Amino acid sequence: MLEAYFDFIRIRFLTMLAYRLNYYTGILIYSLNIGVNYFTWKAIYGQGESLGGFTAAQMTTYVAVSWMARAFYFNNLDREISTDIRDGSIAIQFIRPYNYVFAKMMQGLGEGMFRFLLFMIPGMALAMLLFPVQLPHDPAAWAGFLVMLFFSFLINSQINIITGLLAFFVENNEGLMRMKRVVVDLFSGLIIPISLFPGWMSSILKLLPFQAITYLPGSVFTGRVQGVGIWNVFGIQIIWFAILLIPLFWLYRAARQRLFVQGG
Amino acid sequence: MIYHLGLLSEYLKNYMKTRLTYRADFWVEVLSDLLFQVTNLIFIFVIFMHTNSLAGWSQNEVVFVYGFFMVPWGVFACFVNMWNFSERYIVKGEMDRILTRPAHNLFQIFLENVDPPALIGSLIGLLIMAVSGLNLGLPFEWWTVPALILLTISATAIYMGIYTTLTALSFYSDAPTGIIPLMYNIQSYGRYPVTIYNRAIQVLLTWILPFAFVGVYPAGLFLQREEMTRMALLTPVMGAIFVSIGLFVWNRGVRKYKGAGS
Repeated sequence: MLEAYFDFIRIRFLTMLAYRLNYYTGILIYSLNIGVNYFTWKAIYGQGESLGGFTAAQMTTYVAVSWMARAFYFNNLDREISTDIRDGSIAIQFIRPYNYVFAKMMQGLGEGMFRFLLFMIPGMALAMLLFPVQLPHDPAAWAGFLVMLFFSFLINSQINIITGLLAFFVENNEGLMRMKRVVVDLFSGLIIPISLFPGWMSSILKLLPFQAITYLPGSVFTGRVQGVGIWNVFGIQIIWFAILLIPLFWLYRAARQRLFVQGG
Repeated sequence: MIYHLGLLSEYLKNYMKTRLTYRADFWVEVLSDLLFQVTNLIFIFVIFMHTNSLAGWSQNEVVFVYGFFMVPWGVFACFVNMWNFSERYIVKGEMDRILTRPAHNLFQIFLENVDPPALIGSLIGLLIMAVSGLNLGLPFEWWTVPALILLTISATAIYMGIYTTLTALSFYSDAPTGIIPLMYNIQSYGRYPVTIYNRAIQVLLTWILPFAFVGVYPAGLFLQREEMTRMALLTPVMGAIFVSIGLFVWNRGVRKYKGAGS
């Protein structure tokens, strides 16, 4: 049975590979995003030495690492699921002998592996050529970062799957998906590190799962935010992974009972 | 012209009918659009909690630029909505249906995807401009409203040119192109004072992907920024150029369309 799930990974990886040309433009555009963010922060720093626990150099690294992490963990599982629901093909997939949600997760992983090898690594190399990025030398930091990155992927995919499954209840969840994308980018700390938000807001954001996607791994990897250790981050990520399983499975069960096909 | 306006009104009527079937979704969409704008404003406010000026621009000025940016964006998102073009028209072959009809194919595609709730964003943009303009004590001249209309149309034309060109690429590549979602992030940088970027990015945002013309340059005219007046006046020219490029690439691309076999 497990073999079937590995095949989901493999097939998705190969599919992505077939369309790899798209990703060369992606690398350029992500680098451009990093560049623009870099200059914006440079202007904000001006003469200032440090903001929210980041020096200007660390902010550069943080921006580059965060965008490149996004290159890995990002996927469109929400859109795929809602398309399956809208065109009715989910009915067929539900009666097949595998768990739909788990299969989606594996497909996401296949995509993630592709994005890691052909998008994130070359993108990071390009970003390091263009901007003064300083990566840590300690191998432990790298190992830790890879594990955290994997959890970023898991948590982000869980949020995507939950958003996708909500299409069962709101029929057309286009707006919801757009809202989710914006919320994840802002609240995960991709656009602004959470420590720079005003106090009340960052304390709210610290109670939400999004920070575990970008902000915490990025802060640890760039090294300098006080009080966030590697183990702390692992703990928070594992807790959120576990908590998000609850709505995920609840939605999945409710969805199976609610299924009505809108044509197709 | 009258024929096309007639089509537009028919499609809008149709739109209202479909929309009223999914009423809850309508409000979710309006809300999500607004939330998107709010998050961008949050970014500006957070930045100005840590600095007093961004390359010589005050918070009210940056917010004003953002307000302007929202106006053409709303118009564009309402009338020129091509986000799902590749999946819907190429992969599923719906382009066949479009090509058998008399009106211009691109115009039909715009019509089929009109999205009036996007205009609410434009209204809020105007409101933001008014509030930050009052804070800055900007004068209201006789030309303010005509200039606003002209610059909005020009900026919308620039968007249309860029996105039509990019969408037309899907006629050449058989895979759905991932460029458009990525572009989404870049366009927002045109609303910050472009002078903060290095030369290469400034050139890119001015001449290649001229997103600076949909935000900071035209807004500079109302903010009475001398250094941007010339660029602001160039906006209609850029609009005309980019719309022409877009239409040219599109019309050539359509000839490449082969239809999906099904």
